[in-house]
Parts: sequence; structure tokens; C-alpha cells
Amino acid sequence: MIDNVVFAAAAETAGHSLAAELTWLVIAIPLASAGLLLVVGRAADRWGHLLGVAAPAGAFAVGAWAFVDLLSRPAADRVQDIDLFEWISGSSLNLSFGLRVDQLSLAFVLLVTFVGGLIHVYSVAYMALDADRRRFFAYLNLFVAAMVLLVLANSYVLLFVGWEGVGLASYLLIGFWNQRLEYAVAAKKAFVANRVGDVGLIVAMMIMFSQFHTLSFDGVFAAAEHASAATLTLIGLALLLAACGKSAQFPLQSWLGDAMAGPTPVSALIHAATMVTAGVYLVVRSGPIFEQAPAARLAVVVVGAVTLLYGAIVGCAKDDMKKALAASTMSQIGYMMLAAGLGPVGGVFAIMHLLTHGFFKAGMFLGAGSVMHAMRDQVDMRRFGGLDKFMKITWLTFMMGWLAILGVPPFAGFFSKDKIIEQAFVAPDGQLWQGWVFGLVALFGAGLTAFYMSRLFFMVFYGKARWTDGQHPHESPALMTVPMAVLALGSVLLGLILTLVGFDDYLAPALVEGHHGEPVLGAPIIMGATLALVVVGALIAWTRFGSAKANVPVLPPAADGLIRAARADLYQDTVNHALFVRPGQVLVAQAAKADDDVVDGAVRGLAWLVQGVGGLVARVQNGYARSYAATMLAGVILLAAIVLAGRL
Amino acid sequence: MNVSVYLILASVLFVIGAVTVLVRRNSIVVFMGVELMLNAANLTFLAFSRMWGDFDGQLAAFFVMVVAAAEVVVGLAIIVSLFRTRRTVSVDDENLLRG
Repeated sequence: MIDNVVFAAAAETAGHSLAAELTWLVIAIPLASAGLLLVVGRAADRWGHLLGVAAPAGAFAVGAWAFVDLLSRPAADRVQDIDLFEWISGSSLNLSFGLRVDQLSLAFVLLVTFVGGLIHVYSVAYMALDADRRRFFAYLNLFVAAMVLLVLANSYVLLFVGWEGVGLASYLLIGFWNQRLEYAVAAKKAFVANRVGDVGLIVAMMIMFSQFHTLSFDGVFAAAEHASAATLTLIGLALLLAACGKSAQFPLQSWLGDAMAGPTPVSALIHAATMVTAGVYLVVRSGPIFEQAPAARLAVVVVGAVTLLYGAIVGCAKDDMKKALAASTMSQIGYMMLAAGLGPVGGVFAIMHLLTHGFFKAGMFLGAGSVMHAMRDQVDMRRFGGLDKFMKITWLTFMMGWLAILGVPPFAGFFSKDKIIEQAFVAPDGQLWQGWVFGLVALFGAGLTAFYMSRLFFMVFYGKARWTDGQHPHESPALMTVPMAVLALGSVLLGLILTLVGFDDYLAPALVEGHHGEPVLGAPIIMGATLALVVVGALIAWTRFGSAKANVPVLPPAADGLIRAARADLYQDTVNHALFVRPGQVLVAQAAKADDDVVDGAVRGLAWLVQGVGGLVARVQNGYARSYAATMLAGVILLAAIVLAGRL
Repeated sequence: MNVSVYLILASVLFVIGAVTVLVRRNSIVVFMGVELMLNAANLTFLAFSRMWGDFDGQLAAFFVMVVAAAEVVVGLAIIVSLFRTRRTVSVDDENLLRG
């Protein structure tokens, strides 16, 4: 296996370029901006958003410089580890604060800072009327800083810092309007679900430390070559748990729908384009571990397959526009997870889908925000309809995103998602059933995706207007439409560009070397079947929600089992509530009672005892000198008696 | 003469002194009770000194007398100053240090 691992140790010997040495600025610029905006406070209200926009732009400039520099290096020499300073120094663990600048991390840096920058611009207009816009930008910058730290870290510990940072930023932004109780509750729910996942990452680090005595990527991956399969499987499963929490994968996916409580730019940036893909990044980055733990890899694939269906089914039934998009995000990340679990070849397509998804899903979320802006924060799709004539730019940009997620050639999703479906059909190690099962799930998921995304698109923009009274839809200002247009352009072209420039050849040296397998069905058949299913799904959606004859009821009609279940997120909250929340609450109540009765009771009893004894003894201190004298005399007589008794 | 006679006399003197301290309220009388107890102790010292035929006990008695003289000076000064400020010499009225 040693030959297979191409974690170019060459970077150790080669000198680092200036651009790579300065990559820390990508983290420092948004972090400094966030700190400044928070510390200066209200005084920065007038110019805070300008600084907030400038920070990701600056970070993007540095990232782009590093990227150009990276491309100028020979392919084998592109992995650079930059040690900034000694971070943790102890007898058993020495860790430097180091960044890994390579093909994978820079792809993420560019995605986060570019899409993030566009969303910052959009937010200037979207949050224009919010009194706390400066604080909003501070949190967004904090998120960007934490996210790039997460992807640039060259050790699991530093990655964990970024991991927690994005969790914190996500919590702060979901609950940005925390004056509304249900939003604050949604933020808390996301935070708690993420903590469950974090336990997985911590456990994984503990196992690494106890087995390998190191936590840096280099050290762990080198040690993994000689580690036992059982250890690696355990680490892999713990990492998968972490990825499930962060990426809203089954069974920790319940928080993502509620996370839509945050302002729409937050949903676009954090809960669609970047943070929720951190789990995919973790799995792809930990490739050398998963490569030697087939059981853990299979678990990743199963989780991805389950989630992609789960999200798709939920997405079909949601009437809340943002929640339908959230379900779609869940489902698309399921695709990425599935691909990441398929090995290094799939991992490349996972990252590619992640990049294209970052563009088209962020674009659609911004479109949703634009629609909400026009419709006075209405999110019920049954109350939209016929908006295409009133919001031409939003309609067109949304259409690009819609075509991209459907995977219609030559839009972006076609190049990434189709490859994933094809990879899913590959049977690893002669396990034919795996190829068939996962391939068909991915294929069926594509059909469902076409249905629910078309349903969303048609319900919003086509059909009869079903608006509530007093709505006057209008196009959004240029500050909002321009970022949407740029993202729409990406939705159209990014897949084609990435394929033409050979993204897989670019990324592959940063990953474990993989073997291209043959799918159990011919690639043209798979592609044809996918497109056919997509067309069928879209047509069903058109006849039911889009065409002039379609009658969309304003209230959700009565429905039978599966639809009711899908409307309720397949009862995930109910299950969580019964299995974890209720027992947890009982446990906490009992613990509180025990604390009250036993611990506090003991303290209270002691106080009562001391008080009682003190009261008794205090009576002796009556201030009469004669009584003191009597006490002394009695004491002396007593002592004398004792001494005499001892003599006898 | 038997030493026990002296000891009995000393005990009687001590008890009279102690009872005086415990039952009388007038500070000066209480003071006299204290002196009576000291002298009872002195008598015991002298009796045993005589019995054993050495001077240690007499020496101790002198010590007690000197200390008692010094103590009388201080004690009477306190009583006088108390009387000047509070117009009373009753020990039961001097209860400002009550706990």
C-alpha cells in the first residue's frame, strides 16, 4: 500500500513559495474583520458591511494567488505543508500550527471565498433594513475564517478548531433573529446535533493519538499504512459520525430543515454551499484511512445512499420553499457522501459535485431569498405562482440552477452528478450487489430530484398566481441580482469547465491513488436512463404544478401515509424526541432532583446542625463575669478531678 | 503541728474567696475574694515549704505576693476608671463584651 499513497513527502524537501507561505492571510483577513466589527460595535454600523464584503474579497485574492502559484508547480510537487509556529509542545504530543496548501484545500478556499464573497455582496442589500447588519457581517466573516481554517489545517486538531468555529458561526447565524423563540430553538437544535457529530471527531482523534501518537495528517496517514484494519475501521466510523453531524446526513440530519430559520444568505452560504460539505471534505481528506477500512467505506456509502433518498422524499412533500431546498441539499450531499465512500475515484467526483453544487444551490437559495424579498417573507410555495413575469432575472437565474441540479446537459450538474451515478454502478472487489443496489438508488434519486426541484420551480414561477392579498412582487436590486447572475453563470459553465480542464487529473495527486472500475451497466445506458428518469420526473411535476391546467390548492390537501410522513420529515424529530430527548429530560430531571435532595440536603442539614449547636453554645456567652468565673472554676475542678483520678 | 491543719485552713480560705467571687456583685469585694484565693495558695506553698524544709515554696509565695501587688494596682485602676465612666462597680453591669 505504500506505493499507493502519494502524499507527496516531496514538499518537505522542496522550498515553499511565497504565495503558499502567505496563505495564512486567507484565514487572518476575515478573522480580523470579524473581530474588528464585533469589538468596534455600533460605531461601525455605517461602514461595517463594506469591511464585511472586503474581507472575503481580500481572502479570495490571496487564495487565487496561491492557486495560480500552485498551478505553476509540477504536479508531484503541489502539496505544501506550511508550519506557522509551534502550537502544542508536550512530551507525548508535539504539534505545529500548520497549513496544508494543496489541490484539495485550495479548491475549497476558492469556493468558500468566491461564493462567500458573492453572498456577502447579496447580503448588503438583503439585510439593508436590519438594524444589526454589521453584526451579521461579523458572523459571516467569522464563518469564512473558520471554514478556510478547517480546509487548510494540516492536522486533525487544527481542523477541529475550524470545525467548531463553523459550528459556532452556524449557531450564531441560524439564531440571528433570536428574538423569535422558534428560531432560537432551531439554532440550539443545530448546535446540539453538531455536538453529537463532534464527539465522533474527538473519539477518532483519541484513537489516533493512542494508536499512532500523532495527530498531523502526515503522521496519521503514514501510520495508517501499518495499522490494523480494526483500528482503521473504528477511526473511519468515528469520522463518519462526525461527517454525519456536520453534513446533515442520516441519522443526524434533523437539524438542517430547522436551520432555515436563519437569514436566507446564511442558508445559501453555510447550509448549502460550504459548511455542510465539510463532512465530505473530512471523508475525502481521510482517504488513506478509509482506503484500508472497507467496512467503514461501505458505511459511508450506505449513509450517503440512505440520505440521498431520505432528502429526496422529504423534498417532494415540503411546501416551505427553503425547507424543500434544505431537503435537496441533504440529498445532494448524500450523493457526495456516496461518491466519497466509493474510494478515491469517487472522491474526485464528490469534490467536483461539491463545487458545482456550491454554485447552483447557493444560486437557488439566493433566488429564494429574492422571491421572499419580493413577497414579504412568504415562504409557502402554495402562495406563489406566476412569478416569472414579475421577476425576470430571478426566474432566469433560478432556471439555470434548476437545470443544473437536474443534470441536464450541458449544465454543471450533468458533469458531476452523472459521474457519481456512474461510479455508484461500479461493483467494488467483485461485489456485484453493491454496484446494482447503490447504482439504482442513485439513479432513482436523480428521478426524485427532478420531480421535487421541478415542483418547487413550477410552483414558484409558473401556474396561476395564488398570492395572499396585497402582494406586489418586484425584481430585487442589482446588489442581489448580480451575485445571482454570477452564480447562475457558474451553474451553467462550471461543470463543463472543470471537465475540460481535467479536474480529476488536477485533484488526483492530492488523494490516494485509485483504480478505475467498470460499472455493471454500460455508461451510455446509465446516462440514458438518468436523463429519461429526469425528464419523466420533470414532466410529472409540470402536469401537476406547472401547466396552465394544473390546479395547486392553497392549503396542502389531505394525503395518505408516505406523503404525511414526508411532510413530517419522515418522523425523524418524533423518533429523536422519543429515543433521546424524552429520556434525556427524565434523566436530567432526576439528576436535578437528586442534586436538590441529596447534595443540597446534606449542605442544608449541616448548616442547620451548626446553627443549632451554635445557638446552644451562644447562651454561655451571657456577658456576666461571675458566670465566666464559675465556668472557669468548674473547669479547674474538673481538670483537678481528672488528674487525681489518674493518680489513683 | 500537722501540715494538714494548714491545708485545711488554706482550703477554707480558698473556698471563701471563690464563693465571694461567684456570689458578690461589687467589684472591690470580688477583688478581695481573688486576693483571698491567692493567699490561700500562698499558705499552701508555705506549709509544704516548711514540711520539706526547703525554700522553693517560700520563693513561690514571694512571687505570688509581688505579682498580686502589681495586679492589685492594675485591677484597682480599672475599677476606678470604670466607676468614673459608668458610675457603678457592679460586675453584672460590665457586660459590654457579651457574645
